[in-house]
Amino acid sequence: MNTELPPGLALQKVDERIMTLNVGPQHPGSGHMRIIVQIDGDFIVACDPDPGYVHRGEEKMAEYRNYITNIPHLERPVIHDSCNILYPYVLGVEELLGIEVPERAKYIRVIAAELNRCVYTMYWLAIYGIFLGHSTMFMWPAGDRELLIDLLEKMTGARVTHAHFVPGGVRNDLPPNFEDVCLRQVNYFEKRIKEYAAIFYDNPILIARTANTGVLSREDAIRLGTTGSVLRASGVDYDIRKKEPYDVYEELDFQTNVLKEGDSYARSKIPWLDMLESCRIIRHALQKMPKSGSVRVKLKPNPKGGDASVYKRVESGRGSLGCYIVSDKKPEPYRVKLSVPSFRNLIALPYLLKGEKLGNMPSVYWSLNYWPVEADR
Amino acid sequence: MSSDSDEEPIETTTEENPKSTKVSTVEKEPELPKFEKGIADKIVEKFGTRIKVAFVKPDRVRINVSRDDVKEVASFLRDVLNFDHAESVSGVDYPQDKEIEVVYHLGSYTDSSLSRQILVLATRAQREENPIPGNDATKLPSLREIFYSVEFHEREIFEMFGVFFQGHPDNRRLLLPEDWADLPPLRKDFAIKGR
Repeated sequence: MNTELPPGLALQKVDERIMTLNVGPQHPGSGHMRIIVQIDGDFIVACDPDPGYVHRGEEKMAEYRNYITNIPHLERPVIHDSCNILYPYVLGVEELLGIEVPERAKYIRVIAAELNRCVYTMYWLAIYGIFLGHSTMFMWPAGDRELLIDLLEKMTGARVTHAHFVPGGVRNDLPPNFEDVCLRQVNYFEKRIKEYAAIFYDNPILIARTANTGVLSREDAIRLGTTGSVLRASGVDYDIRKKEPYDVYEELDFQTNVLKEGDSYARSKIPWLDMLESCRIIRHALQKMPKSGSVRVKLKPNPKGGDASVYKRVESGRGSLGCYIVSDKKPEPYRVKLSVPSFRNLIALPYLLKGEKLGNMPSVYWSLNYWPVEADR
Repeated sequence: MSSDSDEEPIETTTEENPKSTKVSTVEKEPELPKFEKGIADKIVEKFGTRIKVAFVKPDRVRINVSRDDVKEVASFLRDVLNFDHAESVSGVDYPQDKEIEVVYHLGSYTDSSLSRQILVLATRAQREENPIPGNDATKLPSLREIFYSVEFHEREIFEMFGVFFQGHPDNRRLLLPEDWADLPPLRKDFAIKGR
């Protein structure tokens, strides 16, 4: 082993006053993640996030499987947001293979991706609720999430791991009568999540606990390269769906949500506002979608990419999700790298927790919209 | 309409092997997107032959630099061209070239004209056959002083490829266990059992 390496907080000795505390790696509901904090009384002096407990080597596995068989396992890092994590990979493979996707498939993808964003956000919100000891906020999102899971089950056949996006379109066409059911469920869903404002977002206890805690300034958000809800809560208007539209987002009517405060409250509100926008996108997409047509281009068996590399990115439930694929004229990719938003946002955690009270740690940590399994890949 | 890549005239770039400069995309001028060409030209104007423009595609420009120049080029990209953060840093292992490539994907939040653009900055480190991560020649200068956002990405590449980043303040493992005693796992000679 190398002796030059710095020891890290876990082994570092400071003085008698400072206590080192291991938080985790057990974790309710998401994945395992350890945060090592040094505390002086009730205040956090330093923090060292220690991910890696659910590292499964997805990128290594992708080098052994061909472009199509990679699909079911590459969605595993975030099974609740599986359409969005496959999206950049599928877009990248399409560019490598030179495939043009049918119009109807693009709309189905956008609808699936937006439904998935809501499913992920509801799960995240449920855990955020229970982190703060608000058990109603755990039950409601966990229950209302089923509405959309039912829709996705009708669409793809699976409740969470859909593997629905494939290079060249989507796996199946929509079932008959899907548009009406979807519209009805989404309208009801929208009505339901608007009610969350009264019990959660306008709740004085929540505001007292999260406002002005873990403030990330605009400059730091840019400098640290954060993304998604963390970036937009700090006043930077950057959403890949607007800035670099993929598939049919350019033709759909929606806006991005930006807040200026940069605190835990703003960071937890942005995903909820995004869900309201998602409902608008789904309704508009259902309206504009071609009523019939092909949804999948037939590929040759074992398609090969050229001697090239692509980097594609989409806006997932947590932020910009990039996929870098290097191809070397073989049926398997030479290298697949997932640049995941959770991993990119994790760098902000030590900055946010410094000087914060230990009791605020759960709310600051979870407001980063962080998914341990995704960060570890 | 499926098209196989064998017939497809996929852009032959010089990125995989910088020595073979048979087909350079920069010469086919009318096809190149204008804005991206402008970015590439600015970099070429400043650094001349020290950098190599690997491709200019819509929204993507890729430049290859040697390890000695990477810090200087990165400072230029940040200070003059306004790229302010790294979206992704990837390692790619090329055992046949005895090199490991590190690829930075840079983006910009502050300059709205660059919001679609990703600048791909690639550099290569010498690759040791029997790596002793941190104590061998597989070293690159760290870009953490220039792009703060690469901190965790470079830590990941250190453990996954054994590339030691000189000047990185916190060269520790991130995802792997502390007592990992095998090859860096994303190198090509680390084989998965049964495959």
